[in-house]
Amino acid sequence: MSFASYLAQRWQHILVLVAQHAEVVAIAVSIATVVGVGLGVAVHGRPLANRLALAATGTVLTIPSFALFGLLIPLVGLGTAPTVTALALYAIFPILRNTITGLESVPASVADAAIGMGLSRTRRLLTVRLPLAWPVVITGIRLATIMVVAIAAIAASVAGPGLGQLIFHGLAHTGGVNALNDTLAGVIGVALLALALDLLFTVLFRLTTSRGIRD
Amino acid sequence: MTDSATTPGTDVMIRLDRVRKCYPGQAVDAVAELSLDIRAGEIVVLLGPSGCGKTTTMRLINRLIEPSSGRIFLDGKDVTAVNPDLLRRRIGYVIQQVGLFPHMTIGDNVGLIPRTLGWDKARTKARVDTLLDLVGLEPARYRDRFPKQLSGGQQQRVGVARALAADPPVMLMDEPFGAIDPVTRERLQDEFLKLQAQIGKTIVIVTHDVAEAVKLGDRIAIFAEGARLAQYDTPERILSEPADEFVSSFLGTGTAVRRLGLRRVGDLRFEPLDGTRPIDDRCVVRADQSVHDALDVMLRTGSEIVTVTDGTGEPIGLLPFTTVLDHHPTDGDDPSRPRERSGH
Repeated sequence: MSFASYLAQRWQHILVLVAQHAEVVAIAVSIATVVGVGLGVAVHGRPLANRLALAATGTVLTIPSFALFGLLIPLVGLGTAPTVTALALYAIFPILRNTITGLESVPASVADAAIGMGLSRTRRLLTVRLPLAWPVVITGIRLATIMVVAIAAIAASVAGPGLGQLIFHGLAHTGGVNALNDTLAGVIGVALLALALDLLFTVLFRLTTSRGIRD
Repeated sequence: MTDSATTPGTDVMIRLDRVRKCYPGQAVDAVAELSLDIRAGEIVVLLGPSGCGKTTTMRLINRLIEPSSGRIFLDGKDVTAVNPDLLRRRIGYVIQQVGLFPHMTIGDNVGLIPRTLGWDKARTKARVDTLLDLVGLEPARYRDRFPKQLSGGQQQRVGVARALAADPPVMLMDEPFGAIDPVTRERLQDEFLKLQAQIGKTIVIVTHDVAEAVKLGDRIAIFAEGARLAQYDTPERILSEPADEFVSSFLGTGTAVRRLGLRRVGDLRFEPLDGTRPIDDRCVVRADQSVHDALDVMLRTGSEIVTVTDGTGEPIGLLPFTTVLDHHPTDGDDPSRPRERSGH
């Protein structure tokens, strides 16, 4: 079967997998954003905590994804749970690192003015520091998203949802009727989804960043 | 330093009472026991070489730096232990790098503290427009711009407007005109003095520039190492009677010429107009210009006599060079500073 006729026949199924793929990525990145930004805010200005947090979340990235998915099975079982957990763990590091960088990039004079005019700690964070750090933070979220879109394909190894199922199925049935088409559809789907999300972030960046700090 | 011996009265807006700041691990105090009274409605300039502790002293007032010992009074009340954020909202703060919030419009920058204090939108907007007007920025044109769209001088005006937003009785200004080109700086200083004549705040300015201190200060506090207060007096008296070797060497040469800048032409006795003499446009000074300006005109035009005009340009008298020489003050009397109070 040609790839075109394969697509014509299976597109609905593929779209469902794309949607599942996007969904687990969205959930995982959302969780990682809350954890990463929260942790970044918490460790900001505390050098030791800062280094510990970066080291801990950075170490997670060195665990091969195949291994991490497997290690999570005894803890959270199969399917969506280990998928979301593993993806969130991977996504924390870029978001945390960019949150820290973003908060550090707030000019000293701006921080001094904010304290000097009597803004409370919380207000300084919400009205000055986070909005100024935001372009860097959202770039971190974007990087994390693209990264876990690719990793999510491996989630099929723990029966996770998404395009990984097509790829794993294709690879497991090499030589079979639609093996190549399955793998191809999965790989191309992942690439296109990554591209689409990248574009989405370009739009989000413009919508959420003040004109005063955009170039 | 006779001021600090008196009890805090209604007259004293800021009082530092034996304030000391030492940093752990440093043998020498950053500020060694300092007492200083700043009267309501005055501009006090903290002047001194870099590293003398003048900025530290200013930051002790709004407790950006917490004193190691001693007490700070604002308007007669001990504020050494009150919530620093609430204290700072009553003290305007202007810094050299301005520190405008780049992601907020000019209007939002100026209106931030009023909004924090719970003012409604209409009141905040009215206040923002009033303040932008006050600092010479047309509200309709600048309110919705972002800081990066403004020049350095305009940003500093916004910085002043922002500091005035909640109408604080006190303003602290750390080298406010330091990062601005000389021409604009001169203009901003003149505008600042006009502004202060309208608002009458108690203002503390930190600078290392003697000319700026003489121009802006009702009083100057000269600091030596460790924030030791070497002299605290009017510019006129500091220039004419430096307290010690340190003060005179810091002021350097040219103190007599600087003093000319403190005195207005209108305060001198000038001669009646002489109808026979045609008025040379180049040899004219306004009565509100300084004697320094008049001398400058004389030197530039080679004329020993200049025509004095009033604000409308109408000639009101003649000022000969000999009058400038005769009237050069030799005592601490300073007629150009009507805001000065007696008893100092």
